Amino acid sequence: MQRSSFAGRDIISIRDFNKGDILQTLGAAEKMERRAPAQLLKGKTLGCLFFEPSTRTRLSFDTAIQRLGGKSIGFLDAQTTSVAKGEGLIDTVKTVEKYCDVLVIRHPKEGSARLAAEVSEKPVINAGDGSNQHPTQTLLDLYTIKRELGRLSVSVSLIGDLKYGRTVHSLAYALAMLGANITLVSPRGLEMPREVLSDLKKLDAKLEETYDLNNAIPSSDVLYVTRIQRERFPDPEEYEKVKGAYKITPDTLEHAKKELIILHPLPRIDEISREVDATKHARYFQQVYYGLPVRMAILALVLGVAK
Amino acid sequence: MVKDIRVKRIKNGTVIDHISSGQALNVLKIIGIAKEYPRTTVTVAMNVPSSKMGAKDIVKFEGRELKAQEVDKIALIAPEATINIIREYEVVEKKKVKIPDRVEDVLRCANPNCITQSEEIATKFIIEEKAPIKLRCIYCEREMSEAEIVRQF
Repeated sequence: MQRSSFAGRDIISIRDFNKGDILQTLGAAEKMERRAPAQLLKGKTLGCLFFEPSTRTRLSFDTAIQRLGGKSIGFLDAQTTSVAKGEGLIDTVKTVEKYCDVLVIRHPKEGSARLAAEVSEKPVINAGDGSNQHPTQTLLDLYTIKRELGRLSVSVSLIGDLKYGRTVHSLAYALAMLGANITLVSPRGLEMPREVLSDLKKLDAKLEETYDLNNAIPSSDVLYVTRIQRERFPDPEEYEKVKGAYKITPDTLEHAKKELIILHPLPRIDEISREVDATKHARYFQQVYYGLPVRMAILALVLGVAK
Repeated sequence: MVKDIRVKRIKNGTVIDHISSGQALNVLKIIGIAKEYPRTTVTVAMNVPSSKMGAKDIVKFEGRELKAQEVDKIALIAPEATINIIREYEVVEKKKVKIPDRVEDVLRCANPNCITQSEEIATKFIIEEKAPIKLRCIYCEREMSEAEIVRQF
């Protein structure tokens, strides 16, 4: 899909973006970080539909709309709504959209955000649909790389649960569009899904795959580390086989480039040790902060008040 | 000694020719011949030589013409098939199946966690590749292979 303007646009999948869209969003985020006009979204309401837990995404969207002068409504636990009485997603979306100007949705089923966008007259932003996509996370991940390394032509190792991790599905696609070098590092059984690999091939991605983390580190500019997504495993026994498969410690980074940065969408369990937090490589809490200007930019763009 | 078996021509019905070799039984599953018309005369030829395709299957059955949705499904597994409508022993209509760009409300998504499994909506797939066929669900973005499609019939 090629669009020249974001106004009214749904943000569902990074596959709907082109390179120009990504660069435009990052540019708008830079402007927001320099100066966020306090009344830019005055009178606007964000509807938050969080059917799954969230810390950063929810709080950053909530903060973003408020910093720009707007308000938010919604729910963080569907069991407190009529979903507990059996109300389906379509009716829930058609109800909430009557009270707001833009919706953000996180839901455990893949395709839920696309469906919400189909039935809603207001723009819908996908905050994570099952193990499919998380496009605003990708945009803030790219923004973090740009801000911390000054460029997007980088070598990135995507590490951990590449099968169920929606953040890496979205990020790999975007990195391929931007011409980055991508190394995929996962335990056996958690490799990148075939449809993502198929997309990456169509984009002529510079791609390598390995099971050995030590092979990937020396040539990387960015380590993007992910948690093994226990909640997505259909069979808990399969999770037990792979949990704790990778752990980044200061020792792991012995042969890393001096300028290497480490990102993680969080929450983390044990895949990055606390000792790494104090190293010059750790950027995952700066990454948390960058979520705010990026989401302010996205809200302003889809509500048609930013360029 | 009989050396040839001559199959009787059908009076009114359908001949599906140029079916991809090995898919005839799946075509019959799509049509539901065994369930809907248990007494219909059906002729099946499998893996017969074809100058056009190398090898092909053919299916003929009496007293039944195809619905549009059945033709769409057949196109997915037999993209070169030709549908011949027979009336009074004559071919009155002949058309090649065509794989559409999108397939709606014809197949289930193979992903058990797709939203289409729990909400009352028509499934929608984009045809990513025609040979071998690959579909992508527009909702969950997962791919469906030919094997996953055939499993549904």
